[in-house]
Amino acid sequence: MKSAKTRSNVIVHIILAVLAIIWVFPIFWVILTSFRAEKGSYVSTFFPKAYTLGNYVKLFTDTTILNFPKMFVNTLIIAVFSCLLSTFFLLSAAYCLSRLRFRMRKPYMNMAMILGLFPGFMSMVAVYFILKAVGLTEGALIRLALILCYSGGAALSFQIAKGFFDTTPMAIDEAAMIDGCTRWQIFTKITLPLSKPIVIYTILTSFISPWVDFIFAKVICRANADQYTVAIGLWKMLEKEYIDNWYTCFAAGAVLISIPIAILFLKLQKYYVNGLGGAVKG
Amino acid sequence: MNLKRKATALEGRSYPTVAEIFHDGGTTTKCSALVMGLGNMAHKQLCKGMLFLAAELAYIIFMVRSGIHNIAMLPSLGSVPQAEVWNEELQVYLYTKGDQSILILLYGLATLLLTLIFLWIWRGTLRSAYRAEELDRAGQHVPAFSEDLKSLLDENLYRTLMTPPMFFILVLTILPLLFMICMAFTNYSKIDNHLVLFDWVGLSNFATLFDSGSVLGGTFWRVLIWTLVWAFFATFTNYFFGMILAILINRKGTKAKGFWRFCFVLSCAVPMFVSLLIMRTMLQPEGAVNVLLRSIGVIAPDASLPFFTNAMWARVTVIVINIWVGVPYTLLQLTGVLQNIPTDLYEAADMDGANKVQQFFSITLPYMFYVTTPYLIATFTSNVNNFNVIYLLSGGDPITNLASTAGDTDLLVTWLYKLTIEKQYYNIGAVVGILTFVILAIGSLLTYRNSKSYKEEGGF
Repeated sequence: MKSAKTRSNVIVHIILAVLAIIWVFPIFWVILTSFRAEKGSYVSTFFPKAYTLGNYVKLFTDTTILNFPKMFVNTLIIAVFSCLLSTFFLLSAAYCLSRLRFRMRKPYMNMAMILGLFPGFMSMVAVYFILKAVGLTEGALIRLALILCYSGGAALSFQIAKGFFDTTPMAIDEAAMIDGCTRWQIFTKITLPLSKPIVIYTILTSFISPWVDFIFAKVICRANADQYTVAIGLWKMLEKEYIDNWYTCFAAGAVLISIPIAILFLKLQKYYVNGLGGAVKG
Repeated sequence: MNLKRKATALEGRSYPTVAEIFHDGGTTTKCSALVMGLGNMAHKQLCKGMLFLAAELAYIIFMVRSGIHNIAMLPSLGSVPQAEVWNEELQVYLYTKGDQSILILLYGLATLLLTLIFLWIWRGTLRSAYRAEELDRAGQHVPAFSEDLKSLLDENLYRTLMTPPMFFILVLTILPLLFMICMAFTNYSKIDNHLVLFDWVGLSNFATLFDSGSVLGGTFWRVLIWTLVWAFFATFTNYFFGMILAILINRKGTKAKGFWRFCFVLSCAVPMFVSLLIMRTMLQPEGAVNVLLRSIGVIAPDASLPFFTNAMWARVTVIVINIWVGVPYTLLQLTGVLQNIPTDLYEAADMDGANKVQQFFSITLPYMFYVTTPYLIATFTSNVNNFNVIYLLSGGDPITNLASTAGDTDLLVTWLYKLTIEKQYYNIGAVVGILTFVILAIGSLLTYRNSKSYKEEGGF
């Protein structure tokens, strides 16, 4: 009995190790590339022949063609604000739909369902026209436009958060109500603290979307190079006219923008694990 | 009380219909249909009434100044082309401002949407007036403005919380969608140069796309089938792989749980955009993977695996890479849900002598399907609409049929992107979008409504 257990443990650990290597390999490779001294995207050896920090230096000093520091700041601003807005939108919608009963509840859920079925950027051109009509497509206002784009539809993807709220016991809410809490207090002081995993999940995903998305950013920024986000910048580095000079810088940029996100992720991932374990049982 | 009212009463407070209000309401209540807020003002709700009146005035001013014109232009979509006029004084040609169909369509739709919202507010004022009148007549306390505000944080909290998101959804999701849907019925396209002025053409765009003899039609069916195949594999490979991984990491015997999770989450921490581009460069004929395979002697020194140049290879590659990209996310999402499974279920199963595999199939899977059906449907649809993975990885390549506008790994969405942004066939793009929607709608609405978690929320 005991040996069977050890054997299955060993097998599981081997499987995990192999998988972990597969998952970490590309990241390892891009870190290597970011320190590579040879230029160009095609190499004949896996490990670089010489190492350098020059790629990082170039990224921040060579601002004539692609102004990376500026893009970084742009994206950070957009990410912070759209994260705040969309987290608020999404969680409040999820809470209302899970805990409150109102007439528009089912219609809203059906509507969200239906809207989610349309290809996301089918409306992209139209969104651009609308933002243009209200004058948000010039200069620094592009940032506001992008923030709105990223957070505007957040309340439509409430499903995961709602599912989570649904599994937290209604008894807690009822007890609080008897103690004289308003629903707003229940939402902020009970439901949210009890739902840390989902709150953090929401924050993370909404913080990340501006870093990942380049299609929307590209359509809305158009030729306004000083409003570019990191994603457009990195994409540009891989275009034919830049790739020979900028490929290793692309890797350096990739490493750099991954760092803040990685830190956030690793700091906060424990909330996923702890979950609701034992808030109210039975 | 009719049946419908009873049904709505279950979802919240019951509301009288407009007809009932006109039948039962007093004079001031009836008058609020014309002068919004009058009923409230007459029944001790001055502030509320003033707000309603202000809304009405704002709407009327807007309609008179531009709204009516906007709607009147909708049927024709404008007909005045831009023209050159010789200006005698300045001795130059000046351009007159012609009609721009696209703006006419946008403003017209926005006005219609605003009118709908206004009608909704109008109904709200009638109800509010009726309620105030009822309370006043019965000698009960009519809520003061401050009490109304306070209730927005309590029993009416949903209004406070839902209004801002709803506003943005209307402006940035619904309005643009309606706008694009309208485009499907016009000839707004680079074909025949209809980019400034265009007209309604009815269903002819749909006819073009359904005609499998034409180039566009043939491409459509091919892309559609691949899209469905892709979405199926992308969804379920990720789901099961992520779930099994989560179980493996979280089982009792596994050591260093944090470390394993770290390894997988690390690839999550790299933005998907970046990791996809990295993957793409790695899988190029001269990329890292081929270099590595050559140096360890798996393939000949001058050979390379056709990751994105052979149709079949490209299709398998995108699905496999999608597992690499998606599983860490699935892992994180499902870990929380897996830990919500009541542990006593497993304890009972252990007592009855069920092994781990049996437990997985009779406890974990049913519970997971129950809780995550909406999630699965959402994932499936988002995979049908998965632009990033395909566009950044393969860009729809390889293109084997040079006449068509789509490559072999193009999904409906990436094809839509190519049609609208690159080719400027806006109308055909819109039709593709609508058809994507129709296909998804039929499939998922049926499964969603039949799923347990929709029928009996919070029952498990």
